[in-house]
Amino acid sequence: MSDKVTAYVRTEMLEEKAPPSLNTGPLGWIKENLFPNWFSSILTLVSLWIIYKMLAAFIPWAFGGVWNASSLNECREILQGVDAACWAVIHERFWQLMYGFYPDHLYWRPNLALILLIVALIPVLFDGAPRKLLWISVATPFVGPWLLWGGTIWTPVAAALGFVVGIAVYRLVASALSNLAGLVLGPLAAVIWWILLAGRFSDLVSSILPLGIEPVESRKFGGFMLAITLGITGIAASFPLGIILALGRQSNLIIVKTLSVGFIEFIRGVPLITLLFVAQVMLAYFLPKGTDFDIILRVMIMITLFAAAYMAEVIRGGLAALPKGQYEAADALGLNYWQAQRLIIMPQALKIAIPGIVSTFIGLFKDTTLVSIIGLADPIGWVKYIQADAAWNGIVWELYGFVALVFFIICFSMSRYSMYLERKLETGHK
Amino acid sequence: MSEVEFDHHADRSRMQVSDEVAIEVVNMNKWYGSFHVLRDINLTVNRGERIVICGPSGSGKSTLIRCMNRLEEHQAGKIIVDGIELTSDLKNIDKVRREVGMVFQHFNLFPHLTILENCTLAPIWVRKTPRREAEETAMHFLEKVKIPEQAHKYPGQLSGGQQQRVAIARSLCMKPRIMLFDEPTSALDPEMIKEVLDTMIELAEEGMTMLVVTHEMGFAKEVANRVIFMDAGQIVEQNEPEEFFSNPQSERTKLFLSQIL
Ligand SMILES: Nc1ncnc2c1ncn2[C@@H]1O[C@H](COP(=O)(O)OP(=O)(O)OP(=O)(O)O)[C@@H](O)[C@H]1O
Ligand SMILES: [Mg+2]
Repeated sequence: MSDKVTAYVRTEMLEEKAPPSLNTGPLGWIKENLFPNWFSSILTLVSLWIIYKMLAAFIPWAFGGVWNASSLNECREILQGVDAACWAVIHERFWQLMYGFYPDHLYWRPNLALILLIVALIPVLFDGAPRKLLWISVATPFVGPWLLWGGTIWTPVAAALGFVVGIAVYRLVASALSNLAGLVLGPLAAVIWWILLAGRFSDLVSSILPLGIEPVESRKFGGFMLAITLGITGIAASFPLGIILALGRQSNLIIVKTLSVGFIEFIRGVPLITLLFVAQVMLAYFLPKGTDFDIILRVMIMITLFAAAYMAEVIRGGLAALPKGQYEAADALGLNYWQAQRLIIMPQALKIAIPGIVSTFIGLFKDTTLVSIIGLADPIGWVKYIQADAAWNGIVWELYGFVALVFFIICFSMSRYSMYLERKLETGHK
Repeated sequence: MSEVEFDHHADRSRMQVSDEVAIEVVNMNKWYGSFHVLRDINLTVNRGERIVICGPSGSGKSTLIRCMNRLEEHQAGKIIVDGIELTSDLKNIDKVRREVGMVFQHFNLFPHLTILENCTLAPIWVRKTPRREAEETAMHFLEKVKIPEQAHKYPGQLSGGQQQRVAIARSLCMKPRIMLFDEPTSALDPEMIKEVLDTMIELAEEGMTMLVVTHEMGFAKEVANRVIFMDAGQIVEQNEPEEFFSNPQSERTKLFLSQIL
């Protein structure tokens, strides 16, 4: 080796070239990914064999099943010893699995409520939707429950007025005293309205001007309609509550912080089912005698509180992942606390937390099946009722399989949506 | 420390210092727990002054300028910015922050907003400027820092130097009367340092009151009318740049200059 350096000067700059093509066609892909060497090839073949065996058992069972029969025995007669599904049970009991005992001439009401909800969600979930749809988003929380339970139109009006009262009190107090006093007294006024005055208001007005639709009692709710009702209210209510709790946990105000931490840790420390038992039995003791506090409403509150505690921790994770510089830049520009949270901190923290938030939503939706234990007729509750019927005694796979499939479709859609959202919000920042 | 060559030399005749006081710091002290970070700071900054603050790491430079828009709280003494004393009164803090812009070492742009949105956010929400007007102002300042064509990109798609120039434009959109810079170029490569310093020189020529924490001594010589040397939480020496560099008085200053020049 010599010490001499070979001097080199480039005289011409290279032209830009297209990147090498990675697309070698499906055959190339198969060879590269499934049969790159003998060991992988064996694994591929074994896997294919296992998949084949499973499908070979499942497909004839599922697709060779009986759709029309009135009992399990009739199914067996039709099948004559062939091992296949008895889908007839789904066919026979479909409407109960979907709506429980909800009166069938009123099915249009939950259906309409669901359509309304989907329309209401469009401007929330996708941007570029017409702004006017937001009115539907605002009205749905009041109109939806009214469609489900029926009764006088004045109940949802009274409920909506609670927000008007709360905001009015907040405005008044905030301008007269301070923002903090407004933040305490506004919600307090709304709660007082709902608990003490809303009922009387709607009774009074409906005695003067009776407008309403046929009421349906809570115990007639059932099937997927019940699960979806519980799931959606839980999701819609636990999300803002979770944000507030997460912010409360980071607050400098010691009372706010202690309350938030106490709430979160208490709720996370007990199983949901105990909270549901509390909803079923205990709440009745705490409330004034004679107050008719709907069981579904009680369950909704418990599910919401439970999910909110988890949501708060998921969002706190997102908040913790934000660099301190983001807060400082917002402060230095003169944004106040709420502006900084809404415009800078939350959009980023929530984006980071999307996978966790959606997991919590999915978990919440699946946890609604626990209400069957306290005697509500959700899909699992209905499976048990149907199994108890002499005609269908002994049927298992078809019912649970059907319920699982519907749950899977809903949960999988949520998960796909979250992936869409993550891609949409990606701005190339690392 | 390398010295940056500037394309055009700053026109000092345009940098007028008025008699009006912009910032007044009197006997200011600050502690982190029991650690005394800033000790008896006295400093008066007149409108139009360009002050460079230097000193060894941990000497409290960042803490000092962060006290001036209350990103940090001081425990004793007074800080009066634009005639408003900084206390725990939130209204005063908001007023001061509206008049004082700040540029950070790590840019701190909002990654979920486009460059244009980064620049219009505070004018719209804090100054209640109509969106159209805010956007026009933002484009004006983006042109000034020479990146109007990036307005619709996200910060993650820009180079460090470009991001820092956006950060400067973002502050300027609030039409501040005072600008604070905390090591604006120390996270940048040499080529980008120059583009950022050029922007800052132009700003100085327009008469902006500037407090700059930096180790770019070339910049100090070019635009500063005063250089402050800090060590162990105190102002050790301050002087005009020529005197400061050619004839430092204290031993600490001499040692520091010998290390960085
Ligand atoms: N939040 C904090 N809590 C406790 N100590 C802190 C905190 N921030 C800074 N310090 C300490 O205060 C001192 C001054 O910090 P400061 O960031 O002002 O230094 P600096 O002069 O800007 O240094 P550098 O050149 O490295 O940026 C340092 O010793 C640092 O460790
Ligand atoms: Mg520093």
